[in-house]
Amino acid sequence: MDEPRKEEEGIVLTEAQKRARRSRSIAIALALGALVILFYIMTLVKGPAVLIRPM
Amino acid sequence: MSFVSEGAELRGRVAAESDLGFAEPSLATVGDYIALLKPRVMSLVVFTALVGLAVAPGSLHPVAAFTALLCIAVGAGASGALNMWYDADVDAVMTRTARRPVPAGKVKPGEALAFGLTLSGFAVVTLGILVNWVAGALLAFTIFFYAVVYTMWLKRSTPQNIVIGGAAGAFPPMIGWAAVTGSVSLESVLLFAIIFFWTPPHFWALALYKTDDYARAGIPMLPVVAGDVSTRRQILLYTLILVPFGIAPWALGFAGIVYGAVSVVTGAIMLALAVRVLRESRPADRAARNLFAFSILYLFLLFATLLVERGWGGLMARLAA
Repeated sequence: MDEPRKEEEGIVLTEAQKRARRSRSIAIALALGALVILFYIMTLVKGPAVLIRPM
Repeated sequence: MSFVSEGAELRGRVAAESDLGFAEPSLATVGDYIALLKPRVMSLVVFTALVGLAVAPGSLHPVAAFTALLCIAVGAGASGALNMWYDADVDAVMTRTARRPVPAGKVKPGEALAFGLTLSGFAVVTLGILVNWVAGALLAFTIFFYAVVYTMWLKRSTPQNIVIGGAAGAFPPMIGWAAVTGSVSLESVLLFAIIFFWTPPHFWALALYKTDDYARAGIPMLPVVAGDVSTRRQILLYTLILVPFGIAPWALGFAGIVYGAVSVVTGAIMLALAVRVLRESRPADRAARNLFAFSILYLFLLFATLLVERGWGGLMARLAA
């Protein structure tokens, strides 16, 4: 017979902490998405010049 | 009285009381992180950078101009977050700053540090790759100057902290200019000088009626170290330097007659208010508050006039092209 499962160790988030984490995760996703779109649009704007990088 | 040792002691005490690690899950919201960016300071930075960008000769695609402003805004916000990370101990004992996210316990110091460093990296690299590396390098130097030279070194060690540290706030129009031209020129240095010499009278006027706050936090602001009378003299001295620099763009033919009129009239008001601060006996609250409030309007009017007079036409032509 299996032993009863040990209670999971570690930190268990409260509802408020879960909500805060979720809102932060969404904000990070949106910011990264915006960065990708910005790089895409700037690549279109620059055209072939995007490969020219004078220091 | 040693401000350095007093500050260190205070810092140690607050550090001991607060959790510097990540062991406890965070309750910080997106709003708390936005507060770390000092949005009000950021708006002034964006505005002065926009002026630098708009008055610069040459052309820049509107999307690139938007990208440059975005990166400058994020870079300014990142340096604000780094400042709040390092200054959490002194912020906690000053009424003006006690409710900031780190001293209020909403964001942990480690989170603020990671946030500031990450945003700094993204802002500098994005500006460098998408616009140009001169602007990117200037932005990197500005963040370094504000976070390290001003916040970590000057602020707690010398009453000249905001004189030298004011350079950090003066760089944005220069970065905007460099985003368009890829270089630094006399005109952009002039825009830098206006903000640089505007900073001491602006902050010392604030410090005059917040002296107790700064003294309690162990910050050697000029009124705390040199006293009230000396600070008022210094305010007048820097205003006397500032006003000619404010008029200089017109005098040198870089701006038109409208700017000339605005800079002369507002400069005269600045001088009058600085003289009133000098003459008023203790407490200098009212005169100092008036100067502090008007100094913000003064800088805004100078840059807004420059933007409308010189920059707006050029900006519209670029957008239409």
